[in-house]
Amino acid sequence: MKKTSYGKYIFLACVLVLLYLPILILAVYSFTSATNIGAIRGFSLKNHVTLFTTPELVQMILGTLVLAFVSAALSALLGTIGAIGSFYSKKRAQRFFNVLNQVPVVNADVVTGFSICILLVVVLNISKDTYIPLVAGHVTLCAPFVYLSVMPKIKQMDPALYEAALDLGATPFRALTQVVIPQIVPGIVSGFGLAITLSLDDYFIATYTKPATFDTISTYVVNATKGAQTTIKTALWALSTVIFAVVILVVICMNVHEARAAKKGVAA
Amino acid sequence: MNFSRKSLGIPYGVFLVIFVAAPLFVLFYYAFTNGQGQFTIANFTGFFTNPNAIGTLVYSLALALVTTAVCLLIAYPVAYILATSSLKSKGVIVMIFVMPMWINFSLRITALKEVLTLLEGNLALHPFLNSVVGMTYDFLPFMILPIYTTIEKLDGSLREAAMDLGADPVHTFLQITLPLSVPGILSGVSMVFLPAMTNYVVLDMMYNSTYIMGSLIGSYFSAYNWNGGSMIALILLAIICLFTLLTNEKNSGTNRGGALL
Repeated sequence: MKKTSYGKYIFLACVLVLLYLPILILAVYSFTSATNIGAIRGFSLKNHVTLFTTPELVQMILGTLVLAFVSAALSALLGTIGAIGSFYSKKRAQRFFNVLNQVPVVNADVVTGFSICILLVVVLNISKDTYIPLVAGHVTLCAPFVYLSVMPKIKQMDPALYEAALDLGATPFRALTQVVIPQIVPGIVSGFGLAITLSLDDYFIATYTKPATFDTISTYVVNATKGAQTTIKTALWALSTVIFAVVILVVICMNVHEARAAKKGVAA
Repeated sequence: MNFSRKSLGIPYGVFLVIFVAAPLFVLFYYAFTNGQGQFTIANFTGFFTNPNAIGTLVYSLALALVTTAVCLLIAYPVAYILATSSLKSKGVIVMIFVMPMWINFSLRITALKEVLTLLEGNLALHPFLNSVVGMTYDFLPFMILPIYTTIEKLDGSLREAAMDLGADPVHTFLQITLPLSVPGILSGVSMVFLPAMTNYVVLDMMYNSTYIMGSLIGSYFSAYNWNGGSMIALILLAIICLFTLLTNEKNSGTNRGGALL
């Protein structure tokens, strides 16, 4: 066999360093009293304290999380029943679902956000302060991804199970909730997770549809980088660090969970 | 109870019509009318006769092309090395490469901006370079994942067969692995190219300036000019349609989804 070359692993390491260095530097600086990267200052928890004690910042973070959960829950519901309905419809109806579902997926978020804003706010005159355009926009962004992650699970399902439930006297509704839904739960869960990520990371749809007084993390940070109010700016470094830590934790938990599930699978 | 599984699709069908189809029709209507609601093609001709608008279009195409190329040049080797390596915990390493996607992009760009400012000073002095750097930093994981998944799924015995039949590693790569990984490259490209044309907020954050197609919509939006904004959105939509047809995604476009999961 050929000799192992370390060159390629050095290349991987370099790319990783480039990806993570800015986040890590910011994380280190979030624990100092420095207001600029490069300045050397002493250890300080000031930024992290500011982050969790400034009402404006706390509201913005909670608002983002609530929006993400509400939109993801609505998307999971709509996308799931949509996928089930579409799967059992005739070919033409199915095509209709698939094509329209694909539009927000391939479309640029700027266009999606702008078009929803025009329809709801300009044409239908719905006030942005009702949060309806914002939630509708986020569900439009997220539900198609739930649909796409549920669909393969429905296709894999054994159609005979549903029939069997009916033959055994279950009502169609019961057969659906107790036979069909449990089998597609993995698809719904991953769709829900995807919806949360998309909503959390969205900037464009929120900008075009949100009430003026409401901010998500993305819109807030974008405005804050222009405003350059120092205490807020450095408190956002702390936010970046906290999110980074949460992401690492979630990834570790997921890996441990998967490893355990795999072990169980081997044992069984 | 009168219940059929088909009828479950109705709420989502209605939802899609209201929030996906209707906005596109409204966009179309606004793009071809003026402020008084009269039919006009002024928005259309206005765009294509305005040198600034054309300049923006060309600039964003160039930026998107360069960004996509840079992403591909970094992502392909990463994906190839990872997919063909015999490392035990490959899954974990891939996860590490993809993890930045879960950190809010605005915070990641803030971090990048701070570091670049330290290195170069005023970021506005090299707008194109910094745009490419910022976008590559933001979109790289979206390019790595689809290519990795495609190469990973390739049948390893094809490579071995080529080697057994006397092909050297370079030929094996060029004639077996590369052609077979084209679907992954295409999904990666479509996930980087389109955002690179429209995601103006990255540039906006990096040096307070925007020159790409997406930012035109933003400025029309700020000026409450729905008609002009709709025309830009429509032009973008046309480019997106064209691009989607060109890359011909037969894998029913679970791209963005697949990459995020």
